Amino acid sequence: MSWEIVMGLEVHAELLTKTKIFCGCRASFGGEPNTHVCPVCSGMPGALPKLNRAVVDCALRLGLALGCDITRHCKFDRKNYFYPDLPKAYQVSQLYAPICRNGKLGDIRLYQIHMEEDAGKLLHTAHGTRMDFNRCGVPLLEIVTQPDFRSTEQVLAYLEQLRETLVYLDICDGKMQEGSLRCDVNLSVRRPGEDFGTRTETKNLNSFKAIGRAIAYEAQRQIALLESGQTVTQETRRWDDNKEQSYSMRSKENAQDYRYFPEPDLLPMHIDEAWLARVQASLPELAAAKRARLAQEFGLSEYGAKLLTEHKELAGLFEDIARQSGQPKEAANLIIGEIMRLMNSTNTLPEDVRLDAGKAALLIALVVDSSISRAAFKQTVGAMFTHGVDPQAYIDENGLRMVNDNSAVEQAVAKALAENPNAVADYNAGLEKAFGFLMGQVMRQLGRAGNPEVVRKVLVAQLTIAEKPA
Amino acid sequence: MTALELSAAMQAKKIGVAEVLQAQFTRVEQSQCNAFLALAKERAFARAHEIQAKIDAGEVLSPLMGVPIAIKDNISTKDIATTCASKMLQSYVPVFSATAVEHLEHAGMIVLGKLNMDEFAMGGSSETGHFGAVRNPWNVDCVAGGSSGGSAAAVAAGDVPLTLGSDTGGSIRQPCAFCGTTGIKPTYGAVSRYGLVAYASSLDQIGPIGRDINDCAALLEIISAACDNDNTYVMQQPFCFDRSDCQGMRIGLPRNYFASGIADDVKQSVLAAAREFEAAGAHIEEFDMPLMDEMIQAYYVIACAEASSNLSRYDGLKYGYRSDETGDLQTLYKVSRSEGLGLEVKRRIMLGSFVLSSGYYDAYYKKALQVRALIKQAYDELFARFDMILSPVAPTTAYKLGENVDDPMTMYMGDIYTVSVNLAGLPAVSLPCGFDKQGLPVGLQLIGNAFDEAKLVAAARAYQRRTDFHTKLAGGAQ
Repeated sequence: MSWEIVMGLEVHAELLTKTKIFCGCRASFGGEPNTHVCPVCSGMPGALPKLNRAVVDCALRLGLALGCDITRHCKFDRKNYFYPDLPKAYQVSQLYAPICRNGKLGDIRLYQIHMEEDAGKLLHTAHGTRMDFNRCGVPLLEIVTQPDFRSTEQVLAYLEQLRETLVYLDICDGKMQEGSLRCDVNLSVRRPGEDFGTRTETKNLNSFKAIGRAIAYEAQRQIALLESGQTVTQETRRWDDNKEQSYSMRSKENAQDYRYFPEPDLLPMHIDEAWLARVQASLPELAAAKRARLAQEFGLSEYGAKLLTEHKELAGLFEDIARQSGQPKEAANLIIGEIMRLMNSTNTLPEDVRLDAGKAALLIALVVDSSISRAAFKQTVGAMFTHGVDPQAYIDENGLRMVNDNSAVEQAVAKALAENPNAVADYNAGLEKAFGFLMGQVMRQLGRAGNPEVVRKVLVAQLTIAEKPA
Repeated sequence: MTALELSAAMQAKKIGVAEVLQAQFTRVEQSQCNAFLALAKERAFARAHEIQAKIDAGEVLSPLMGVPIAIKDNISTKDIATTCASKMLQSYVPVFSATAVEHLEHAGMIVLGKLNMDEFAMGGSSETGHFGAVRNPWNVDCVAGGSSGGSAAAVAAGDVPLTLGSDTGGSIRQPCAFCGTTGIKPTYGAVSRYGLVAYASSLDQIGPIGRDINDCAALLEIISAACDNDNTYVMQQPFCFDRSDCQGMRIGLPRNYFASGIADDVKQSVLAAAREFEAAGAHIEEFDMPLMDEMIQAYYVIACAEASSNLSRYDGLKYGYRSDETGDLQTLYKVSRSEGLGLEVKRRIMLGSFVLSSGYYDAYYKKALQVRALIKQAYDELFARFDMILSPVAPTTAYKLGENVDDPMTMYMGDIYTVSVNLAGLPAVSLPCGFDKQGLPVGLQLIGNAFDEAKLVAAARAYQRRTDFHTKLAGGAQ
C-alpha cells in the first residue's frame, strides 16, 4: 500500500519597513556589523520596545489579502530562550492573540499569521564567534498553514504564490537567498485514510530546490523507519543542503520550554474599523487578478499574461505602455522580448528597470507606422534601457529614420543592379538567393534608414523591368 | 529646609548652587548608612556651575531648580555606573539616561549620586545587594526597608533633599515608612519606565521620595512629563497639583488590615492618623478588604514570572559579569549567572521560571492573573464608595539587620499592605505618622484611584499641615 505525505509550512517573511519593529534603527539588510543597533534592539537594561505601526499595517495587508480573521484586540507575548543571537534572551512574538487567524491561499488553509522580531546573526570566525545585532528587531511575519499539503509540487506552488503575494503587497522582497523569506516544513506520513502520523520539523531551507530535496529526503526517511517497524520521533531537524541530508537538532523530550507569557512592555493594541478600512483601501491588485484582467483587457495569451505579471513592476510598465500606445501586442513584445532579454544580459532587477512608458509608446508608434525599422527599434530600446536616452533625439542623431522616399530607393536599386550584373543574371536564371544578395547591397547603401519593405517592392519592380528584353 | 525652600533660596541667590552641593557631599561622605553606591562629583559640580549661570541670568527652569538629587541604582544614568546593587552589573555604565532622569535634569536638578538598594529591587530590607546592607539612620542596627532603602535613608539622614526610588510591590512606600520619609508610588503609566532596569515590568513604577508631600509632588510633576519611548506611559499631560485639601473626602479604612499580624504601635499610629483626617474634615468609613489571603501569592507569582524573563539578558555575554571558568556556552551561562546573581534574585528567577513552565502556567501564572483581575475589580468597587483608602504601609517598624534574611516567607508577608496597589496599578502616598516605643518611624499610606494623585497629594498636604512627624529627621539632622 502506498504512503501519503502530509505537510504544513511555517514561512517567515522579513518585512520591508524602513525601521525595526520596536525601535528606530534601520531594518535594511546588511551593513557593517552592529551599526544598525540601539539600546532597544541590543537589549540594554531599562530599554523598552515601541511598536512600529507600519509592521501592523503589513500584517493587516497580508491578512486582508488572504481573507483572514483579524484579531481586533491583539497582543504580544515573550518567547524565552537563551542564545547568543538573542540579546534580551526572549523574542517578542505572538502566541495567545496573533493578529490574523484562518484565511486561505489557493487551496491551502492558513492557521495564523503573527508578528515577531528577528534575531541577530552569529559570525563564526577563526578568532571565535562574533555577534552581529543588525538583524535583531527586524520585523517578521510568520505565516503558518494547516497540514494541507500532500506533494512537493503543492508546496512549491504555494510558496511561489505566497512570495508573489508578499511582493505585490510591497511588504517583503521575497529573496530567499538573502533570508528575507524562510521556510520550515512540518512533515509526517500515513497510509491514506489513517490518522496523521508523528511529524518532524525541518529547518534551514534556503531555496526552492533545497525544499524539494528536503521533503523527498524526510518522506523517505520516515517511510523507511515505519516500513522497518520503527517509529518516527517528534523532533526538529536541520537540513544540510551540501550533504543533502538532515540531522536531528532536538527531540520533543528535549524540546525547549519557551515559557511564553504576555509581553508586559506593550499594551494590547486595538485595531479599529477605521484602521482596517484604511489598509483595505490601500490594497493593490494581486497577481492572479491582474493576470486575468490583463489577458482579458488586452487580449494577451495566458502565457504572455503570466510572464508579464511575474514582476509587478513589469506588469505596471506593460500596462502603461499598452494604454499610451494603443498597441498592446507591441507593448507585450517589447517587455517580454527586448526588456527581459536586456534585464538578463545586464543582471537588472525588475524594480531597477528605468523605462519611460510615454517614450516607449512613442517609439512603438514609430515602428508601427514604418518610420523606423525593427532593427532601429531594437537599437533604440537598448539605448533607452541602458542610457535612458530620448528616443526621438536618438533616432535623429543616429539617422535611423527610414527613407520612404521612392526616388532615393530607386536610385540605390538602380545603382545596385548596374554594379552587379552577375547577380541580376543569377536572379533571372531562377536563383532566389541572388535576390537576398541584391537586397543586402541596396540596404548597405541606405543604412538603418532603409525600409526593407519599400526596398523589396522597388527591387522586384526594377528586376521585372530588367528581365524584359530591351 | 525642604527642597522647594532650598531651590527658592538658590533662585533668590541667598545660597550658591555649588555651595549647597558641597554641603550635601560633605554630609554624604560622613554618612553611616551605606546609602550611596556612587557619587558623581565632577559631573555634579559642572552641572552646578551651568545651573548657577542660568540662575544668574534670571532663568527659571522649575521650582526645584538647583536642588541636588540622588537616584536609585536601578534607574539608568548616562555615564554613571548603574549596578542595581548586583555583582552582575557592577561594571555596567549605561549609554543613556532614564526618561525620568532626563526630565529632572531638564528642570535644573543636579544628580549627585546613585543609591543602594536590594539587588535588582528584589527585597524589602535593602540587605540583598552585593555592596552591603543599607542602615536605617534612626538606628544603624536596623534595616532601612526596601527595596529603595538607600533612597529613603539618604533623605532621612539629610544627605540629600530628594531622591528617586522605584516601587514594584511597596519598594518606595515601605522604606519611607521605616525611615520616616514621604514618598509617592504613582499610578502605573504615570511616569515613564524607560531606563528603569526592569524587575517586574507590569508592576514597576518610578516615584519620588522626600521630606514632605510638597517636595514629592513637585518632583512628580516634573518626572510625569511626556515620554515617547514607553508604550505603557499613558499620560496626556504631566501632573499639575493644585492647593485643595481633604475637606469632605470619603476615606475607607480596611478593618481587616488591623485585625492580626500588625504591631500594636503601628496600629495605634495609623488609627490616630485616621482621627486626624476626620478632624481635617474627611469622612472615615470602615470596610473589609477582600482577597487579603491571595494578594501576596498573586504578587510573587506575577512579579517573579516577569523577573525570570527580564533578568535572562544577564547572560555573561554582552556586558556585566562573566565567569572566568571556561567551557561551552551552557557552562558560561550557568556559571556567570550563578556567580553574578545573588541568592534572593536566583530564588525569584527559579520561582518565576517554574510558574511559567509548560504544565504549570495555568495552575500558577494564569491563576495569578485571574486574582489580579479580581483585585482590580475590588478596588474599582471601593473607589465608587471612597475617594481613597487609608492603611498601614507595613505590619511592623524597621527590624534588626539580618533578622529576616533567612526567612523569605516572613519577609514576603511584610508586603501584605502594599502589593495589591501595584497589582491594580494604583497610586499611593506613604507618610510618616508616628514613632514606635523604640523611637522608630511609623508610616501610613493613602491609596487612590488610578490617576487620582491630585486627591492623594491634597489629603497628604492637609495631614502634614496638622502634624509634624515629617519634619523630624534622624539624629536631629536639619
